[in-house]
Amino acid sequence: MSIFALFRKQRSAPMARERLQVLLAHERASSSSDLVSVLREEILAVIAKHVQLDNDKVKIKMDRDENVSILEIDVEIPLDATLKAA
Amino acid sequence: MGKVIVVTSGKGGVGKTTSSAALGAALAKRGDKVAVVDFDVGLRNLDLVMGAERRVVYDIVNVIQGDAKLPQALIRDKRVETLFLLPASQTRDKDALTPEGVEAVIAELKRYFDWVICDSPAGIESGATLAMRHADVAVVVTNPEVSSVRDSDRIIGLLDAKTLKAERGERMEKHLLLTRYDANRAERGDMLKVDDVLEILSIPLLGIIPESMDVLRASNIGAPVTLADANSAPAMAYFDAARRLAGETVPITIPGEKRGFFGKIFGRKAA
Repeated sequence: MSIFALFRKQRSAPMARERLQVLLAHERASSSSDLVSVLREEILAVIAKHVQLDNDKVKIKMDRDENVSILEIDVEIPLDATLKAA
Repeated sequence: MGKVIVVTSGKGGVGKTTSSAALGAALAKRGDKVAVVDFDVGLRNLDLVMGAERRVVYDIVNVIQGDAKLPQALIRDKRVETLFLLPASQTRDKDALTPEGVEAVIAELKRYFDWVICDSPAGIESGATLAMRHADVAVVVTNPEVSSVRDSDRIIGLLDAKTLKAERGERMEKHLLLTRYDANRAERGDMLKVDDVLEILSIPLLGIIPESMDVLRASNIGAPVTLADANSAPAMAYFDAARRLAGETVPITIPGEKRGFFGKIFGRKAA
């Protein structure tokens, strides 16, 4: 970087980069939230056919990484649930 | 069986049509049989950019509606004999493209051509989703500019959700084509750098096309930039991108990068 750079206007590209990173993190999260809620409903319905469980015992999380999207499904099944369903 | 490529971007005016024509011509010059298909019904322009606007008799909608056979609608390029164009129609009925019709046309093209390049319209409406639906590979055209990058991110989301490949649970191959890049402005910090865009969109890079007068010149005379002047900087960048599409390993260079005095001494951080 030359000494003249000190007197020039502030660089704008870093701002563009930062604004995009914040915006897209938000937009990606909101666009996948529909999918997450649909998945949650359907997974719950499938499991409920076989075991009894509460609505809030199915937790779903979606993470978008550089190369992969990770879908995390966490289902808590009560100890005696299989007995009740049978 | 040919490979289907969609050239898409979300945002308009970033260089989809220019890139479709340039990549199509570059692939055809290798001897491959190439069909470039204009999906922009109502606002066709690929014919104009390729210099075939006065030779359009039938278009993709005529083929879909059964008014013409595919070979009647295909226009053979006058410069490269393995390059063909399937024009869009100028009808204002945007539902003229039906999913079944597009499927049949693409299936037929795949049988005769090595490459079927689908030039997508801007936006995220049915024209754009139909253009990407049957793709094996997507080329996402992006300018180093905030609105283009944002729209590309949307399109990447659609490619991962609304294509046949995505619906079958397969991974859609996506490549970034960064166009209108000005290395000097990026170096000065007034334009997003290649690495910035790559980090934000996280898809692999197909090529960097420099901002250049040669692109406008080529469209003025009605030739893909790779045919208008094969030695110009944008043409060489498109030729490299085409070789990468064809599976060759070609090192990425940033065209037009001039180094200052200190840059020459200390070198540049590897991308």
